[in-house]
Amino acid sequence: MNRALVLAGGLSFERDVSLRSGRRVCDALRSAGVEAEVRDADASLLPALAESAPDAVFIALHGAPGEDGSVRGVLDLAGVPYAGSAPHACRVAWDKPTAKALLRAAGVATPDSVTLPQGSFRELGAHEVLDRLLRRLPLPLLVKPASGGSALGASIVEDADALPAAMVHCFSYGTTALVERLVAGTELAVSVVERDGVPEALPAVEVVPKDGPLFDYNARYTAGATDYHVPARLPEDVLTAASRVALAAHRVLGLRDLSRTDLVVDADGTPWFLEVNVSPGMTETSLLPMSAAAAGLDLGVLCRDLLAAAAAR
Amino acid sequence: MVNLDPYGDRYAARTRGMTASEIRALFAVASRPEVVSLAGGMPYTAALPLDAVAAAVADLVATRGPVALQYGSGQGDPELRELICTVMALEGIAASPDDVVVTVGSQQGLDLVTRIFVDPGDVVVAEAPSYVGALGTFAAYQAEVVHVPMDDHGLVPEALSETLGRVGPRAKFLYTVPNFHNPAGVSLSRERRDVVLDICRRHDILVLEDNPYGLLGFDGEPEPALRARTGDGVLYLGSFSKTFAPGLRVGWVLAPHSVREKLVLAAEAAVLCPPSFTQMVVADYLRTQPWQDQVKVFRELYRERRDAILDALAQHFPAGSVWTRPGGGFYTWVTLPPGLDSKEMLPRAVTARVAYVPGTAFYADGSGASSLRLSYCYPEPDRIREGVRRLAGVIKEEQELRDTFGPVRPHAARGTDSPAPDLA
Repeated sequence: MNRALVLAGGLSFERDVSLRSGRRVCDALRSAGVEAEVRDADASLLPALAESAPDAVFIALHGAPGEDGSVRGVLDLAGVPYAGSAPHACRVAWDKPTAKALLRAAGVATPDSVTLPQGSFRELGAHEVLDRLLRRLPLPLLVKPASGGSALGASIVEDADALPAAMVHCFSYGTTALVERLVAGTELAVSVVERDGVPEALPAVEVVPKDGPLFDYNARYTAGATDYHVPARLPEDVLTAASRVALAAHRVLGLRDLSRTDLVVDADGTPWFLEVNVSPGMTETSLLPMSAAAAGLDLGVLCRDLLAAAAAR
Repeated sequence: MVNLDPYGDRYAARTRGMTASEIRALFAVASRPEVVSLAGGMPYTAALPLDAVAAAVADLVATRGPVALQYGSGQGDPELRELICTVMALEGIAASPDDVVVTVGSQQGLDLVTRIFVDPGDVVVAEAPSYVGALGTFAAYQAEVVHVPMDDHGLVPEALSETLGRVGPRAKFLYTVPNFHNPAGVSLSRERRDVVLDICRRHDILVLEDNPYGLLGFDGEPEPALRARTGDGVLYLGSFSKTFAPGLRVGWVLAPHSVREKLVLAAEAAVLCPPSFTQMVVADYLRTQPWQDQVKVFRELYRERRDAILDALAQHFPAGSVWTRPGGGFYTWVTLPPGLDSKEMLPRAVTARVAYVPGTAFYADGSGASSLRLSYCYPEPDRIREGVRRLAGVIKEEQELRDTFGPVRPHAARGTDSPAPDLA
């Protein structure tokens, strides 16, 4: 594994996060002895790959192009290996309602939810639809775009009259809303990496935002805004159950190389699947690098090994 | 526990509020060619006579290299300060080079003036809306900003009088951008200039006049500056960023001698001295190049873009939107149809591949969501038209969303909403 290309930037709401992820991965790879450079997924990418293809590509793109399979589909066409899930698996993981349905069918607990496109509200009347929704799902609720990252567009709804505002905010970031029962408990992020082809769950990170209950954009990317506990402050058997959920997500959805599952453990110790990310953040405040460090893994070596595995496929 | 900011409990009180917001992060997409950015404030530096500038820089290094690359005076290059006086004379200001302090951009001038006058808790009076760079400076010195309304002719004198009466001795200065205001696009009318000065004199409050765009009016001669009418009680900030180039980082403060003494000490404590190299580049440019012809070139260029944006707004924007008609400078201030929120709308605009700055960036008190700033200085006229077309579509979609759900409370989001300066 000599030369790597790190894809970062992209044209999504999370471009800024992606640029930071890309820089950190690039620095880490270089310190692990890999010749690495960062490139944006723009019109210059394919010609650059044609001219001088790297051994493998690390995808640090966040948001649709990096996570819904589109860029990976193009890399497959170009015959360039990359670390991470294949396009079909990405599509399924990127759409949260689909991921939840598949995991529920596999016996994993995930909060009750309703998925509604903006059109439904427009055509059938927001008041009527919201009224039915509130009868179906008890408060409090978590409203978020059906696909998207960094909690953009997400909000917690504790009062029924705050629901319209939450929907408006959600639809600023996406055309379909996922409205979920809010499960109270301990928020965990469990990263999974494949080593020698075998998926392993890294130590779970417990996430405690300091300013408000939601682990929102500010809480994620402002250093000091959130307390993180790794290992998480939960009993061993609960942590094992949480790891099993993350491994199940990785397996059931057909993911590859690396993923990060976000879940919440309730008072009974039951882990509830929320979502899984195929292009986890790699910034200075991100969760996978934190888990890797807790497991004694060097981030650069980890990324290099994932790229080497991809190149050998 | 993992603490990602081990210095968290050591920061000075003045850093409170220094967080970027998710809105600021959205501006990252504006650097992609697919996005039409009407959000930036970058002058069109490609229009400069670059061959002439290159030759001048080469000559500077070849003939005066050791001096150009050496520390200089904390107050700034004496020859440049003389030339600055000839530049200010174009707007009616009579001044001595001794009272000019060269700064690293007029932004630094703003910082130094605030540093020497403002204690935490002091009041600064500013227009509504006000320049985002100034709001950042005032926040850094823990000032309380009180906004005074403007209309199409600038600051409203009655409102200014009422506000000054109310805030009284806690107000250290009035910060005003009288020409082609950023972000409002309006100018303080001739009639109101003396009225405003009079009100400030009666209330014994300093005036800080910030004038980067005065020479970039599209019609007629520049209106004499506030500082042209009186040397007492008016501090003046000037800049070469728009008339020459922002990358040189050369601006200045014109202040009465006692204030100037303190400014020089403050400047030395901040940077030792402003950059000798770029000051000498500016001085050579003013001395040897037809720089006023270049300003005319800029004016025509920006006029064409102003016309493009105003035409496009009239053509595409829905009923209920209003906007200012700038006679110069870079910006128009658009007020959306009622019930819309420019900050909440920005993600949709990004999806539609157009960027603007939400009005909230230009207020210290959280207002401004009903408006937004559009800049026309950088993109080509056709791109400007395309951007306005896209934005009109976004507004219509936003109206549909609001019609669907009815009026809602805005989503609370913390942090700075404005983009970085190198946003196109």
